[in-house]
Amino acid sequence: MRRVSPRTAQRIVVSIMWLLAAATVGTLVFIIAFILVHGVPHITWEFLTQSPVSMGRKGGIFPMIVGTAMVAGLAVIIAAPIGVATAVYLTEYTRESRITAVIRFGADCLAGIPSIIFGLFGFVFFTITLGMGLSVVSGALTLALMVLPTIVRTSEEAIRAVPYAYREVSYGLGSTRWQMVTRVVLQSALPGICTGIVLSLGRSISETAAVMLTAGSALGLPSSLFDSSRTLALHFYILSREGVSMSNAYATASVLIISILVLNVFAYWLMHKLVRKPR
Amino acid sequence: MTDSAEIRAKVRVRNLTVRFAGKETLRNLSLDIYPNERLAIIGPASSGKTTFLRCLNRLNDLQHTFSHTGEILLDGKDVYDPDVDLARLRRRMGMVYAVPEPLPWTIYENLVFGARLAGIRDKDDLNERVERSLKSAYLWEETKDRLHQPAHNLSGGQQQRLCLARVLALKPEVLLLDEPCSGLDPISTAKIEDALVELTASLSIVLVTNNTKQASRVSDRTAFFLMGELIEVGPTQQIFTTPAHERTDAYITGQFG
Amino acid sequence: MKQDKLIALALLMVAFSAVSGLALITVFIFKEGLPIIVKTGPGNFFLSSDWDPSSGNFGIFSMIAGSLAVTLCAMVIGTVFGLGLAIVLGEFCPPGLAAILKPVVELLAGIPSVVYGFVGVVTIVPLIRTYLGGPGLSVLASSIVLGIMVLPTVTSISMDALRAVPRTYWQGSIALGATKWQTTHMVMLKAAKSGIAAAIILGMGRAVGETMAVIMVAGNTLEVPHSILDPVRTLTSNIALEMGYASGQHREALFATGVTLFVIIMILNTIALAMARRGAGEGRTR
Repeated sequence: MRRVSPRTAQRIVVSIMWLLAAATVGTLVFIIAFILVHGVPHITWEFLTQSPVSMGRKGGIFPMIVGTAMVAGLAVIIAAPIGVATAVYLTEYTRESRITAVIRFGADCLAGIPSIIFGLFGFVFFTITLGMGLSVVSGALTLALMVLPTIVRTSEEAIRAVPYAYREVSYGLGSTRWQMVTRVVLQSALPGICTGIVLSLGRSISETAAVMLTAGSALGLPSSLFDSSRTLALHFYILSREGVSMSNAYATASVLIISILVLNVFAYWLMHKLVRKPR
Repeated sequence: MTDSAEIRAKVRVRNLTVRFAGKETLRNLSLDIYPNERLAIIGPASSGKTTFLRCLNRLNDLQHTFSHTGEILLDGKDVYDPDVDLARLRRRMGMVYAVPEPLPWTIYENLVFGARLAGIRDKDDLNERVERSLKSAYLWEETKDRLHQPAHNLSGGQQQRLCLARVLALKPEVLLLDEPCSGLDPISTAKIEDALVELTASLSIVLVTNNTKQASRVSDRTAFFLMGELIEVGPTQQIFTTPAHERTDAYITGQFG
Repeated sequence: MKQDKLIALALLMVAFSAVSGLALITVFIFKEGLPIIVKTGPGNFFLSSDWDPSSGNFGIFSMIAGSLAVTLCAMVIGTVFGLGLAIVLGEFCPPGLAAILKPVVELLAGIPSVVYGFVGVVTIVPLIRTYLGGPGLSVLASSIVLGIMVLPTVTSISMDALRAVPRTYWQGSIALGATKWQTTHMVMLKAAKSGIAAAIILGMGRAVGETMAVIMVAGNTLEVPHSILDPVRTLTSNIALEMGYASGQHREALFATGVTLFVIIMILNTIALAMARRGAGEGRTR
């Protein structure tokens, strides 16, 4: 058999690669379209504003929307300051040393731990040992730990992208390190930091396994942070898995997908704002 | 040197040796900076000019490999004294860098940043500083109607004058300039040079430059650095016509550098 | 100056929260799970397939086998697609298209795992049942779903590795008359191989740890799979399925399943981190 010429080989391989790329885009479009086509027709004002009736067979998803917002929102409110402070410490307050290596190792490992392990930990630590019970706080604290590495990494990248000269200028004009960090560096890195936070919010909203074990699955509207609350993702899981109501399942998934899409577009826009800005 | 000269010096540098990671960049350097004078520092690349400048307002502290011996006295007090307020020191010795680096805000915000850091909140005081410093930097006419536009919209020469004005807004006692005109057009360069000449009514200027012509145009005295050592210092006129050292002559006449 | 030191100290303490979180997780998972492994005997716990909580039998071998089977098959799909996509994006793609493909990959990473599982159940599972036989809920179905889910991880980390290869390599090779593809597979992939290995191993960690999507498509039966069309239960799904009603020894055994999973993940992560570090070193020294 004759060896294929390098040019032909290139043509074949490149076509295969393009097919793979097309398949990937196709898959994403298919998943999103599939959910939205089946689900959007069932989204009504009542669906968004009413409580579920007979375990979600009828009625709406209002308590789940509130629950998701509370759990995911609180998680990000807890994780963001810690994550940004960690990034500031790593970039501005120390040089590479054994301590930073330990901190980075911790964040990297935390990033790799599966959500079900976070769920197990949150269950035994927050709900039982600290006595918070299956509740919004337990879920939020668990998720906060889970998204912390993402916020640290994205904030660190954003801070490192701030030109070194800004720091010298700031020092030269008589700022202390803290003034330099808060008034110059963080301000310039803000869009990048926000992108990380928005993506973490998206991840918190999507998460199911960890909140199932920590926030519980109560159907009612949580009246305090110590109430159990079912999130949208978990509600969708229960509806579809137990075959309670397919139309409500699709509609719930659509709400979930649309919020993720909105958050991603927002994050993308923020990122571009960062890129377009002069230097 | 007489006692009266010692008292007169604004900044006295005595036996300054600087090392980065153990490697000497400045060797046993002594130099005075007098009130209301323009001192130019010339010399070829990596002769320690910038390092010297950055020692004066302690910007070298940012490099953790930096170490020094000797003393730098500002009005008789060592700037490396542990109880020196770094922020205040840097306000007293303002610095303009080689590359104009406006912060990504408006012109006005750039100008009041330093004053705000110093705790000045009074609107009239801030506005007065903005106007006065822009006028001193020959930038007022071009920017008075667009103070609240992004500083990045200015041209390179305007940006550098903004950086000068930004430092002047702090009312410094010594102005440190690190090749401030290296990337600028002749017109902006001329404006900055004019500004420097007028400014010495109220402060001392140390101008690092690798443009010997600029040194001869602007400065009262000139110091020649070579490989981390001060070869000689004297009235500009004398350095450029009858230098004491062969190497100074060789550098000025363009035989190396 | 004193204030600066105080701030640095405060920030250092905050910066340790990730490490303390990791430490707390390790301590609590092991504290809850280890006793039952000791009591059952590691041999019985890890090598027996008899999982019957009501009669006190806790053997997780079938789940280890299940996790392994699903993960390995998923990685075949995830690697082929993920790496292919990384190469297209990094080497062949016009910048305009890259601007579309990159957010697509990021979006794939953002879709909730329950949605992946659900779409898998209503599309892939019936297809397998009809055309290939078996119950449909199977190793194959889970692998396809997981393969798509790990794709963003594999793609983005491989792309970083490819991007870290000095551009001069590429230019040098093209200048010698090599085609783009020859350059890619003989120069770029070779230079980036540690980073790509790290990407695949990290993807593997994601696949082993994925829970909700797998529960929905794997079938969850307690048997060691013999073909890719057999249903399986993974370590993760075992925890998620039974945690809701487990108590006493049963719950401890689920934590012990978590311990097993945790150890597997930590080994994979450590290898991946070492690989990534080696990759970064290669880029710098040469």
